[in-house]
Amino acid sequence: MARTARFGHLLTLRSAPVRLSLAALALLMPAAAIFAIFIGSQVNQLLTEQTLGILRGELSDLRGEFDRGGLGQLAAAVSERSARQGQNLYLLGASGNAALAGNLTERPPATWSAGGIFQFRDIASGLEHTAVGIEIPVQTNVSLIVARTIDDQRAFATHLQRTAFGGVGLLTLIALGFGWWSSRRLSRRVAVVTNTARSIMAGDFNRRIPIGNAGDEFDDLATGLNAMLARIEDLMQSLREVSDNIAHDLKTPLTRLRNRAEAALREQSPAAHRDGLERVIEEADSLIQTFNALLLIARLEAGAVDATRVECNLLDVVNDVAELYQPVADDVGLAIEIAAMQPIPAFVNRQLIGQAVANLIDNAIKYSHGTARAAVGPIVVSVAVIEQGGVEISVADRGPGIPASDRDRATKRFVRLEQSRSRPGTGLGLSLVAAVARLHGGVVRLDDNAPGLRVTLCLPPTMKSTSAAHDLGGTILAGPQTDVAR
Amino acid sequence: MRVLVIEDDRETAQFLLKALKESGHAADTAGDGDTGLAMARDGNYDVLVVDRMLPKRDGLSIIEDLRKDGAHTPVLILSALGSVDDRVKGLRAGGDDYLTKPYAFSELLARIEALSRRKEPEAQTTRYVVGDLILDRLSHKVTRNGENVPLQAREFRLLEFLMRHAGQVVTRTMLLEHVWDYHFDPQTNVIDVHISRLRSKIDKGFSRPLLHTVRGAGYVVRDGDG
Repeated sequence: MARTARFGHLLTLRSAPVRLSLAALALLMPAAAIFAIFIGSQVNQLLTEQTLGILRGELSDLRGEFDRGGLGQLAAAVSERSARQGQNLYLLGASGNAALAGNLTERPPATWSAGGIFQFRDIASGLEHTAVGIEIPVQTNVSLIVARTIDDQRAFATHLQRTAFGGVGLLTLIALGFGWWSSRRLSRRVAVVTNTARSIMAGDFNRRIPIGNAGDEFDDLATGLNAMLARIEDLMQSLREVSDNIAHDLKTPLTRLRNRAEAALREQSPAAHRDGLERVIEEADSLIQTFNALLLIARLEAGAVDATRVECNLLDVVNDVAELYQPVADDVGLAIEIAAMQPIPAFVNRQLIGQAVANLIDNAIKYSHGTARAAVGPIVVSVAVIEQGGVEISVADRGPGIPASDRDRATKRFVRLEQSRSRPGTGLGLSLVAAVARLHGGVVRLDDNAPGLRVTLCLPPTMKSTSAAHDLGGTILAGPQTDVAR
Repeated sequence: MRVLVIEDDRETAQFLLKALKESGHAADTAGDGDTGLAMARDGNYDVLVVDRMLPKRDGLSIIEDLRKDGAHTPVLILSALGSVDDRVKGLRAGGDDYLTKPYAFSELLARIEALSRRKEPEAQTTRYVVGDLILDRLSHKVTRNGENVPLQAREFRLLEFLMRHAGQVVTRTMLLEHVWDYHFDPQTNVIDVHISRLRSKIDKGFSRPLLHTVRGAGYVVRDGDG
């Protein structure tokens, strides 16, 4: 049943290889047939020419006899030659009269002209033969016809033609067989892809297309498709994680929101009512903040944000954000140091880079303070141009850090490593940083700061667009794809 | 202050109408783009609140048409679209401020009030005075009760913005936008910490505080009780 489903279309014209084979046959077969016919006629013509050559020699001999001894000697010579066992035919005769000499019993039909082919019937055997002949006048009213049967030659040509046709037939069979075999083979390989696709659609997401060792187009195709499948599975996996985490991280504050609203309802005094409602609004605001962050990340990842790049100094951006957070850091006894000297001009989305740096500093503060370590070192923010021309902005803290095994996961949406679950925040900070980096064609790297964590935002070199449109205080670039480094 | 709210969601429109009236403002609503444009042209409003996606006529095209007519009425754009380029598009179309849904009414109110103030010539004002607190924009000096209050550059700009909107509630996001030029939600209350520093410099040791916190909304500089 399955076999019929897989190869059933081979019996019909729906199979692409079958159609291809048949089309090739339809083109090649008439060509081969024409070729065979051509060969036959060529051979015939060649052999006829040869025969005519022999006949001309014979005629020239006989003319010699006539020249030497006149009609009598010619007739004797013709008779003598006619008596020989051979394929030559002679007829010496006066027009309208009986033959003077020769083994050809009658003149060729009136339709015959010298040098052409004619049919005659052998009196002795009664068989019909084909011959070619030449006629020359000997003297007034007497002409000599010398001819030769070409039955053998004809048979040879016919045989040759038959052989050629047979070859064509055999070739057709072989071609059909090969076509069938190769289409079966192709279909089988395509069927493997189709079946894999079907079982993946049916829910078996781990299935992959087996890759052969031929290294042909099919293997290339399989490799490409498998890579695509892996990417899709990755995306689905992260989508699943996101929905799981949304369930957790949004349901929790939603429950809190509901509880607070209920608690406010139970309160008697107007002041307590008001207080409860304000707490409800606070909770709602934090939910909105989470949603906004989620939406922003989704947009950045979809590349939907038309990157609004401006020429700006990254040192200024970093200084501004560090200054914004300095009082918060001061409150928990942390210093923020900037390790950068000279201005670093860059062509980036200032808002997004600023937000990314803010998230990094915010995280650094959050995770540095309250750690068991007695003296917590400063948060060091550095901006540097790297060798290849890109820029790296890094924020390093002396907090507990992230174990090497967890670092990949840390930039995923909503992932809050176990020890940080209880802390405030949306859990979207690092993934937003990663999304901002990707939008700029860069990456985020997490390293051990021994002790602590160093997060580096690596941005590739950017080229300023020449056709940029002027806008609110800066130049706008069409999109992130204009990045030089890729 | 007369406010026109062009918003197609009836419930939102009614909520805004009621809340604006309770805050002491006159307000009208329009349910679609065409009505909104017609009312904005005739109504002599102080501020327009325009939803971006409206039936019949897009919010941005209302603003563009009004600006073509030469009307300079301040416009606050409301939108569910909140990314950087959406904001840029809105401001480019002639909007004066941009607020992303969902928003707190206090945020909306604070921004509307700040916009209505914008019509008055601000650039010429060189001194802001609130009670005995004086900020001189030319010399960059701040005095309280005649005593010099040393402020860092950013603190000065923070106070300058608050005093320019004296008596009006200024929200945290407005401060982040105008004093730091960033349009994101800081995850921690960074603005609160800056305010408390500023407060310790201008209010500490004085019996009449001038910088007040408005719970659930933001801050206000005002000579009088919170």
